[in-house]
Amino acid sequence: MKRRTLGLASAGLVVATPALAQTTPIELQFWHGLPQPLGGLLEGIANQFNASQARYRVASSFRGSYPETMVAAIAGFRASTAPHIVQMFEVGTGTMMAAGRAVKPLHELLAETGVTINFDDYLPAVRGYYSLADGRMMSMPFNSSTAIMFYNKDAFRRAGLNPDQAPATWAQLREAATKLKAAGHEMPFTTAWPTWCQVEQLSAMHNTPLATLDNGFGGLGAELAINNPLVQRHLTTLVEMGRENTFRWGGRDGAGDALFANGSAAMIHASSGARARFVREVPGGAANIGAAMLPYYDDVAGAPLNSIIGGASFWAMNRGPNATRSAEENRGIAEFFAFLAQPSVAAAWHTETGFLPVTRTAFEQVRASGFYTQNPGADIPIQQLLRGGGQLTGNTRGIRLGGFVEIRVIMQEEMERALQGGQTPQVALTNAVTRGNVVLRNFERINRA
Amino acid sequence: MKAAPASYLFRGTALPWMLLLPQLVITGLFFFWPAGQAVWQSLLREDAFGLRSEFVGMENFADVLADPTWLGAFGRTLMFSSAVAFLALTVALFLAVQADRNIRGSSAFKTLLIWPYAVAPAVAAALWLFMFHPQIGIFGRMLNAAGIAWDYKLNGDQAMLLIIIASAWKQVSYNFIFFLAGLQSIPKSVLEAAAIDGASPRYRFWTVVFPLLSPTAFFLLVVNLVYAFFDTFGVIHALTQGGPGKATETLIYRVYTDGVVNLNLGSSAAQSVILMILVVGLTVVQFRYVERKVHY
Repeated sequence: MKRRTLGLASAGLVVATPALAQTTPIELQFWHGLPQPLGGLLEGIANQFNASQARYRVASSFRGSYPETMVAAIAGFRASTAPHIVQMFEVGTGTMMAAGRAVKPLHELLAETGVTINFDDYLPAVRGYYSLADGRMMSMPFNSSTAIMFYNKDAFRRAGLNPDQAPATWAQLREAATKLKAAGHEMPFTTAWPTWCQVEQLSAMHNTPLATLDNGFGGLGAELAINNPLVQRHLTTLVEMGRENTFRWGGRDGAGDALFANGSAAMIHASSGARARFVREVPGGAANIGAAMLPYYDDVAGAPLNSIIGGASFWAMNRGPNATRSAEENRGIAEFFAFLAQPSVAAAWHTETGFLPVTRTAFEQVRASGFYTQNPGADIPIQQLLRGGGQLTGNTRGIRLGGFVEIRVIMQEEMERALQGGQTPQVALTNAVTRGNVVLRNFERINRA
Repeated sequence: MKAAPASYLFRGTALPWMLLLPQLVITGLFFFWPAGQAVWQSLLREDAFGLRSEFVGMENFADVLADPTWLGAFGRTLMFSSAVAFLALTVALFLAVQADRNIRGSSAFKTLLIWPYAVAPAVAAALWLFMFHPQIGIFGRMLNAAGIAWDYKLNGDQAMLLIIIASAWKQVSYNFIFFLAGLQSIPKSVLEAAAIDGASPRYRFWTVVFPLLSPTAFFLLVVNLVYAFFDTFGVIHALTQGGPGKATETLIYRVYTDGVVNLNLGSSAAQSVILMILVVGLTVVQFRYVERKVHY
């Protein structure tokens, strides 16, 4: 708290001094959903932007978790107090794309202000997630992550497992978990973001559709398709591991992170962006944390392909239903985005947090600096995104479903009931599809032009 | 406004209206306006940003009433509310009867029992979380160490039990104050007469004390039911968020999830209107019976 106040104050000073001669800077509201330590790092970047010029001042404010930030921005828009820029997690992308005049599409913003950003330099998986079918960008990619596996090397050593060799397939993961259990470890495996890591990533890596119409990229008429043999098989694996006490449900959304951070869990599937927290909190620090790609079922033909991204992008918003931004405000937003697109900013964010280097130049810059040799495992997320050759298929491009926040909750509820033993995995997935399709049809009905 | 007339009625109409005005403005602004908005919203279907809306008549109500998960939440809410009311009332009555005796330090005892009422629901839930969290809670770890597989994040029955206990605990203090006041207003002479007639303490309680407490008990029953219906959001939100599955999703929590999280405002408003009708019904019942003074 103190650090943040100091940071803001010093940024204010830097901006205020030259501003005395001219006019006061134009304030741009920026709402984000990153808790500490990531939030502080993000606000630091905004402060660097403020210090780099005198015309605009980005005022950052933390609005709670990603879903809370989304709700706050929408409520703000309805009350004509929307922020200029909002950080929106990837599952909100479908909702934002259909939001009409609530958002200012990035391609429009750049064309109107004459600011250029070279999107050819962005990783295809990142660019594809936030662009229209014809390639025009809708929002500004920034903190992109993917799900990877982290494991506790001490726990591996104590169970007689090789701490430098993570399980690569689900059969190996289960075997390792059983050995950890036998060695007296109480929580061999858990997961954060259960639907993202265990359903969405799994489907992409095994080239299996999560929903029809290329996971929703093909239109609002998409239907969920997760009641397929692959996901059934996987949920069965998790239910069985739960019964054997080798898998522990860590809670919904990001709740599972805490179990690895405090050293209880030996293995976790989590966002690569959780690295910053784990390095600070896991007993033993960076040296005790192993990172590896997500495991796969090696008997599935063609697997593994690339995983998909998560994280968030920045959306420019209009102030309210009957209020637009001035040209000057739009220019400020565009310049802030251009600032973020600089390789040095992207590279620093990547090395400090574990999020992806979103541009090729940033990746090359970090590689040339020797960061990956000094920090083994830090390049796992990007390798995993390029796994299978990096040619995106309709199933590995990403997910674009309206109301996906609600659908994730539905999937988590049905998974919980399956893990309790209240229903079979097959019934759980069928229920999730039925309930999820209701959400999709409502969204389609209300957003059809 | 000189000397008071024989009748105390106001002569004009301006002054009474003026005197009523502040209350009417507050009621209109903070109760009728939002309630009217909810009713209007319940007839619409809107996108999250409020840019496109469609009048759908009673469709939202039909959808809600046909939704098995909503009906599930309805049944769950009835069960949850009865359990909370029963637990909070019995524990409070027991404690009040104990505190009503002439024991040393009874005033300190009474003060301590009233304290939990001052704790905000979310804070109360956080306390219970730190006690019963399966991995970091003291009692959660003890239960697991004792061989009881305690994990309310995955076991729906345990989750329900936890929110019932946490919600009831919050309400015990309130009930305690009312029961204690009720007990103290029972005339000593009646109890002494019963004692002289040879009635045992137990018999005296059930035939003399309890019937005389029944108006208090009935009032508290209604208040507790309303509390369990509407004021337990904080406890549920902090402890279980309605999960696991939908095991602890009550009607009020459902209104929040559909409206604030899923941004499905039409359905959420329709559910609020149904809840409004329920609470109006409860209030009518209360006024009718409390006015007749429950007696046996």
